[in-house]
Amino acid sequence: MNTSSYPMRALFWSVMCAVLVSLVRPALAASLKEGDPFPKLEDFGLEGSLPDLAGKVVLVDFFASWCEPCRDSFPVMEELQKKYAAKGLIVVAINVDQNIADMKDFLKQHPASFLVLRDAGKRLVARVKIPTMPSSFLLDRSGKVHSVHRGFRGDETRQKYVTEIESLLK
Amino acid sequence: MKPGKNMSLKSNRCSSNRCWSLAVTWSLGLIGCVLLGSGCTHVNPWERDALADPVMRTDRDPAGTLLSEHMWFSREAASGGRGVGGGGCGCN
Repeated sequence: MNTSSYPMRALFWSVMCAVLVSLVRPALAASLKEGDPFPKLEDFGLEGSLPDLAGKVVLVDFFASWCEPCRDSFPVMEELQKKYAAKGLIVVAINVDQNIADMKDFLKQHPASFLVLRDAGKRLVARVKIPTMPSSFLLDRSGKVHSVHRGFRGDETRQKYVTEIESLLK
Repeated sequence: MKPGKNMSLKSNRCSSNRCWSLAVTWSLGLIGCVLLGSGCTHVNPWERDALADPVMRTDRDPAGTLLSEHMWFSREAASGGRGVGGGGCGCN
């Protein structure tokens, strides 16, 4: 065996492994689905005061100022928060804007009494790997994902929210 | 062409340093071609703020789009090909 070629062989296989890992890694980082535990909010350095979600039904919604359907979703989430808060629903909206000024402008035009946090580092949104904007995750009282809502389609989405939230709050 | 001293056609195995360095060079070149040659990239849904800007819309000027399509069809007999990639937030 010719040992002088060993460094080159090692380099070749290292490059091949690096290519393989870079190709496989995105596929392995799958987005959150029904039944998965939702990541703990404390682990992602979110801006804003973190709520105590233990034992609550939680609607986590990812939004941004540049997302048009997000503007339509806010009044619906406000309605849900007011209607079901006493029964144990918490709505948490997580902003993914680059600039905090954009988020503040958005909230001035679409005021919300529910909790709004900001994922400035985009760590939570990357971990959850939302399929589209906006995306929302309805969590049951044990913190597991009950359903994933891709996008917001007005009354159709609102009706689904109501049906699912009422079933979880029983 | 005769095989080199350290290359065997029977075993198809590289045993010389030169052979492996060529393999590394070709591999890196191939990877470079794939990366640079591809004009497509994946933009995550939460990173599409720049694409959501109205100036990134391909249909923001209907009259201009109509004129361009007429020109391309007249000069190049080209048509279609729109709606692939492009701007917009991709929401919903």
